[in-house]
Amino acid sequence: MHIVVCIKQVPDSAQIRVHPVTNTIMRQGVPAIINPYDLFALEEALRLKDKHGGTVTVITMGPPQAEGALRKALSYGADDAILITDRAFAGADTLATSFALASAIRQIQKNMPVDMVFTGKQTIDGDTAQVGPGVAKRLDFQLLTYVSKVSSVLPEQGQIVVERRAEGGVQLLKSKLPCLITILEGNNEMRFATMPNMFRAARHPVKMWNRESAGISDDDLVKIGLKGSPTVVSKVFAPTPHTDPAEMIEVESGNPKDIADTVLAKMFTRFPAVAKEIAKRA
Amino acid sequence: MSEAPAKKGKKKFELDPRLASYKGVWVFVEHERGQVHPVSWELMGEGRKLADMLGVELAGVVMGAPGDETRQFCDEAFRHGADLCYLMQDDILKDYRNEPFTKGLTDMVNAYEPEILLLGATTQGRDLAGSVATTLKTGLTADCTGLTIDPDNRSLAATRPTFGGSLLCTIVTLNYRPQMATVRPRVMAMPERDGSRTGRIVEHALGMIEQSIITKVLEFIPDANQDKPQLAFADIIVAGGKGMKRPENFQLIWDLAKVLGAEVGASRPVVQAGWVDLERQVGQSGKTVRPKLYIAAGISGAIQHRVGMSDSDCIIAINNDPNAPIFDFATYGIVGNAMTILPALTESFRQALATARKAG
Repeated sequence: MHIVVCIKQVPDSAQIRVHPVTNTIMRQGVPAIINPYDLFALEEALRLKDKHGGTVTVITMGPPQAEGALRKALSYGADDAILITDRAFAGADTLATSFALASAIRQIQKNMPVDMVFTGKQTIDGDTAQVGPGVAKRLDFQLLTYVSKVSSVLPEQGQIVVERRAEGGVQLLKSKLPCLITILEGNNEMRFATMPNMFRAARHPVKMWNRESAGISDDDLVKIGLKGSPTVVSKVFAPTPHTDPAEMIEVESGNPKDIADTVLAKMFTRFPAVAKEIAKRA
Repeated sequence: MSEAPAKKGKKKFELDPRLASYKGVWVFVEHERGQVHPVSWELMGEGRKLADMLGVELAGVVMGAPGDETRQFCDEAFRHGADLCYLMQDDILKDYRNEPFTKGLTDMVNAYEPEILLLGATTQGRDLAGSVATTLKTGLTADCTGLTIDPDNRSLAATRPTFGGSLLCTIVTLNYRPQMATVRPRVMAMPERDGSRTGRIVEHALGMIEQSIITKVLEFIPDANQDKPQLAFADIIVAGGKGMKRPENFQLIWDLAKVLGAEVGASRPVVQAGWVDLERQVGQSGKTVRPKLYIAAGISGAIQHRVGMSDSDCIIAINNDPNAPIFDFATYGIVGNAMTILPALTESFRQALATARKAG
């Protein structure tokens, strides 16, 4: 069984700050991490490999330094890693990204058929959840998004059963391989890197693929990078606070009960709808 | 591409004449288990504004099993602002599955050529939007918080948070149609429902057979409603952050929520620490909420939290740091120890409720 896991190196968005004057992202000192949701996908792939045997290949599209993310994935137990990197990919939106990733996966398939592609439900920098579905459509794989659990895989029969998070419940889906699965967070803790895997990761060559090695011809240049991106960012700006600062409740006594009574009295006067809502609950 | 002279440094845009036939605004009407997802009506309200700005019609897209129930969703769409509905009925569409829904929606877009297509940023909407945009090879902007029409070129200008909400960006899809966007539930206001509104229905056939569809739904296990927090639609939310210091102290949040019949919310660090379920996370990577009253205790008000709750009508913030960013946008601010203020608030609300009860 061959599983390809698509990961992305992202800045830790919790640590990002915006420059107060220029409104630009200050990346200095912000650590680059593997998109946390992709780690859930990698863990699920490794668990299936533990159970059924097979190969896990990790791929990412990004700048050369994204090699770090792939080495990390190798240290967790992935067998092979490919970095798809080329200036021609710069400025790609989700449609162009899905084209490039799908082309690369087709190249991988030439050496070893791919049964499943795994990825996280979304990234924490773009937050779009669009690349997974895009790759599935381009490869003509079955698409199973927001999967909370891979219940069973029968590789010989090419059959898979998954639990999919839907609005208001869980769908139990039966499908066939090959398929692309986006994994929901929360089920499995990422394993620790083992010492032998860490040594292997340090020595194992990460394959570097440019546009040609990813199987993208000159004719397809219009489908990648900025040219292949229908969406255009026309403006980037910091959210402007359109609200006034809070009215601070200060009561001389400093007694919590007096403070609470004061804030309630003020609120009920200014927000009759809140008063009504609370009266409804009486 | 046109070579028109640049005006004020802005390139004049002319749409590819082949795309000029794309007209109208569409809203995908999402439903599951006989219930339309409220985000569809929120989008209908927003779609109405866009259609009026463009001077075009607003359409709902309803796909489902044949029957009165599915047809009634069209009537509801009219009451929420649609002029017409594209209706696709087939037994195959009984449960949501990517393959038939993608084919059905793609076919209808190709047949009737809308210029804008909006979907909810739900598990179903994102799944469908991502694959339909790829099939149509057009632009899709995820999780928008604002939609408007750029008067310069009649294109959809979709604003969305990026980098975890630290920045906003406005995205346009110039030379591709339709222009697609998803919007999170509760970001747009619910439009007024007008029971007298009607519209016309255009039926379109799916043209697939069940045998050709690979993925099968074995079972749908609905969530047990009693236990599932309905944060997005709660009118009162009591939320706690890392300023609550210890998981035991979080009980004070639950106590106040119980008195108020409110939902409990939390900031991301609290969820990550495992004090409460993921379902209760408010913010960029959690739920967007619009309650009448939001009480935030020990929450600093980082932008990631702010984007999920700043549309609350009234925000009471309790924090012992007078410089906490939450005081920049809360309605009422209390600088103090949440561990002593919360029980006092609980007591005051209890008294207010008792008074209201007496008043009948």
